[in-house]
Amino acid sequence: MTVGNTTTQRPADATATGAAVEIDQVAVRFRTKKKDVTALRDVSLRIEPGEFVSIVGASGCGKSTLLKLVSGLLRPSSGQVRLHGEDVRGPRRDIGYVFQRAALLEWRTARKNILLQAEMRRLPKAQVRQRVDELIAMTGLTGFEDAYPNELSGGMQQRVALCRALLHRPPVLLMDEPFGALDALTREQMNVELRRIWRETGTTVLLVTHSIAEAVYLANRVIVMTPRPGTVAEVIDVDLPVERDYGQTMSEPEFARATGRIRDLLGATTTAE
Amino acid sequence: MAAQSTIEQREPTAPARTPAPAARRRGSAGGGLLRFVQSTWRPAAVLAAIFVAWWAVTAADLVKPYLVPAPGTTLDVVLAQTGYFAHHTWITTYETILGFAIAIVVGVLSAVVMVYSPTVEKSLYPLLLFAQVIPKIAIAPLFIVWLGFGLTPKVVVAVLMAFFPIVISTVTGLKSIDPEMLQLSATMGAGPGQTFRKIRFPAALPHLFSGLKVAATMAVTGAVVGEFVGANEGLGYVILQANGNLDTPTLFAGLLIMSLLGVVLFVVVELLEYFVLPWHASRRTDAATTSL
Repeated sequence: MTVGNTTTQRPADATATGAAVEIDQVAVRFRTKKKDVTALRDVSLRIEPGEFVSIVGASGCGKSTLLKLVSGLLRPSSGQVRLHGEDVRGPRRDIGYVFQRAALLEWRTARKNILLQAEMRRLPKAQVRQRVDELIAMTGLTGFEDAYPNELSGGMQQRVALCRALLHRPPVLLMDEPFGALDALTREQMNVELRRIWRETGTTVLLVTHSIAEAVYLANRVIVMTPRPGTVAEVIDVDLPVERDYGQTMSEPEFARATGRIRDLLGATTTAE
Repeated sequence: MAAQSTIEQREPTAPARTPAPAARRRGSAGGGLLRFVQSTWRPAAVLAAIFVAWWAVTAADLVKPYLVPAPGTTLDVVLAQTGYFAHHTWITTYETILGFAIAIVVGVLSAVVMVYSPTVEKSLYPLLLFAQVIPKIAIAPLFIVWLGFGLTPKVVVAVLMAFFPIVISTVTGLKSIDPEMLQLSATMGAGPGQTFRKIRFPAALPHLFSGLKVAATMAVTGAVVGEFVGANEGLGYVILQANGNLDTPTLFAGLLIMSLLGVVLFVVVELLEYFVLPWHASRRTDAATTSL
């Protein structure tokens, strides 16, 4: 197990296409008792290694479904999903997943919760110990390693979940509304930290969010989805500097343009209600 | 009050509720004895009151001694024949514990199989329910016919009584796992065995323990029912004999020992839970303060 690699150091990723994630003409249909539901239709996306891509859209438009497809937790009804050029046919191990709820094990301390990832993957203990210390320092959890989840605030719990997702240095990190349950202030702090962590790790990130500001501040590109059946309405390039001070970014004309455009798209697609 | 003071102490920017969780855990462990006394003095007082009432009723001669013997007389009966009571108590204890242990193994195993295989669950559930609703006292004679007068039929009845709450609680526990937890486990490349050991089973333990507490008391009842139907030893036998001889002091002694046996087994399970689940919500200090 090479613990020291990042996306840029993974020549194996550059097979066939070179994209980190490729979604090709994907549709997802669910069959419920009453009717057939089309959650996603005709979705095609290409995400380059090291990109930070946000996905926004109305509730129930299939944003989370998209992440489940990439992780292999769900199979598309038609179309293809590729991770590093490989067809996704079942749960993938080479990803990190962060859910809206931290999904921590109550009976494990913060450190032990992070280590669950290593235990499941049977990673060598000596290497992992150092990696956990690194992550704890990086996410500002120092001093809370031995706290149990119920002793941690929502923000701290989500940091633990993030450490757990990053432990094995996944080339792709999938985040499903990770900060949705946090208060506005903590959420901003977490945004700044996630941006920094992304730059330090070089991981490809797919972030599903309801916050337009969060989507634009963090991402290189924002995918705006239509309501169900969800498909890509527009992909917005965020032309902001790599170094993003939170307050300053908010007042950039480009930030206003991007958030305004997204708001228009989401507003236009929801006026039908 | 307590909640208020912690809010005041917290720094406005500090995101965590408790800055020193380790210290808090140690503190709660040290206060264990105090909390034990705090939580037990009330039931102990009620129990004492019942004994006092019992004593008062008999001392005032309100009922005839052959109907309700005095507490002292009952105690004298036990002290006069400690060997006799010890032997029969041991027999019932042995049957109970054996039945309880078998019920745990069989109950947990069938729960696991039922949770992982819907087919087995659908096929087994009616049988399970049937085994539960059929009155044990009614089928116990059949077990005597089939299995003889010895230990086996008592243990079988105890298993039958204790098994049901264990299966139901374990199934509920295993099923109430957060599906996201299972998805997370899948992205970690964990196999079903790993997921079960590290996530699913520990998460089901609080449910399992509540089932075990019910089952512990049921096991005692089961063993005694078995003895009632046909036995030449055990507390059930003692009670039947005493009843036949209108020997109410021995009858009362048998009843008290039997109840004590159930209570002791219950407390043992509760202690076990205390040590196995230090993380559970019911053990948190906040919960403890609100219940006081």
